[in-house]
Amino acid sequence: MAVDKPYLDIPGTTVFDADQSRIGYWLNQFCMSLMEPDNRARFLADERAYLDEWDMTEDQKLAVLDRDLNRMLSLGGNIYFLAKIGATDGKSFRTMAASMTGMSEEEYAAMMEAGGRSPDGNRYQSEWDVSS
Amino acid sequence: MSASVTASVYSSHVPALGAAIDLGKATGPYWDPVMAGYEPSKAWFDANTPDVVFLVYNDHANAFSLDFIPTFAIGTAPEFPIADEGWGPRPVPRVVGHPELAYHIVQEVIPEGFDLTIVNRLPVDHGLTVPLTLMFGQPEAWPCAVVPLAVNVVQYPIPTGERCLALGKAIGRAIRSFPGDLKVQVWGTGGMSHQLQGPRAGLINQPWDNAFLDRLISDPEGLSHMSYVEYLREAGSEGVELVMWLIARGAMPDLAGGDTPTVHHRFYHVPVSNSALGHLILEA
Repeated sequence: MAVDKPYLDIPGTTVFDADQSRIGYWLNQFCMSLMEPDNRARFLADERAYLDEWDMTEDQKLAVLDRDLNRMLSLGGNIYFLAKIGATDGKSFRTMAASMTGMSEEEYAAMMEAGGRSPDGNRYQSEWDVSS
Repeated sequence: MSASVTASVYSSHVPALGAAIDLGKATGPYWDPVMAGYEPSKAWFDANTPDVVFLVYNDHANAFSLDFIPTFAIGTAPEFPIADEGWGPRPVPRVVGHPELAYHIVQEVIPEGFDLTIVNRLPVDHGLTVPLTLMFGQPEAWPCAVVPLAVNVVQYPIPTGERCLALGKAIGRAIRSFPGDLKVQVWGTGGMSHQLQGPRAGLINQPWDNAFLDRLISDPEGLSHMSYVEYLREAGSEGVELVMWLIARGAMPDLAGGDTPTVHHRFYHVPVSNSALGHLILEA
């Protein structure tokens, strides 16, 4: 029997379920390796060569090289693991968060200051489909 | 003489808050209202310092990679190092454990069917250390021992609300059967509403958060039946951390026939970094 995924209709959200974890295993383990200072230095010195040491798909490697967080999420990345790439780059988490929303960092910061993204209109994919 | 659960304490564990305090930057119009929310707590803790905090939190891919993903992991070591999350370890005191109490809990709850994972090597990250800083400030040494309980809320399926509340009840019973005059507080951390990933990042749901606090206080049984999908949809993908608060709530004596707890302090503030911040002290 297929696993029930009653969360797939939540818009703009990737749930790190077993399928995501399975396809993202090496992407996330690569991210974990960046907790070591030596690995961070080696990665920054030659990103492609470092990525080639890992059993990741070409799409996953390109997403990392592009720092495309939404793409990494869709390819099995988990945000707590992916955050280690941002830390390696010296970026704040807010910078990373903004990059996933299609907003500038200033726009994202202003939204948070004003109380964050409202749940209204953001609970169901159908609400996003109507407005787009 | 046996141990008692004297209070449960709940708080968000926003990493930016720990960083601001560590760097001496937690002042000014952004941080002052946040820090003010913890001032009454610090005074209360001065008069109500526990011997042990049983601290429920989640690891953020620091102690646990995808190699091992325990659903409930109890720290049984005499000491827990501060994790290096990528910027060096937080400059906070070492965390001293309480192996006797931790193993007593293990020996009580596993035969009841709560199959905890026993962990002796557990670097603790901001999920555990930021609440200590918020409650105790920046002392040379933490004023009490800590028994960590790391809960998986990263990879699905995560534990249900019912299971968390039931585990909390079992932990409460185990603490109250510990032979020794220990004052134990049970803390639940994480939350409140926030989403750190994807195009919906930045979600904050203030009415939902406040209703959660209301129900945590007066209707924990009913609240425990809320599905993880509602947490995801209403409180955001990282707001699911709130399910851990039910473990702390379950340990309170009112759910074992004792008196209704007293709300000593309640605080809610938006925003703190990417998150809504909630804080509650319930006295047994």
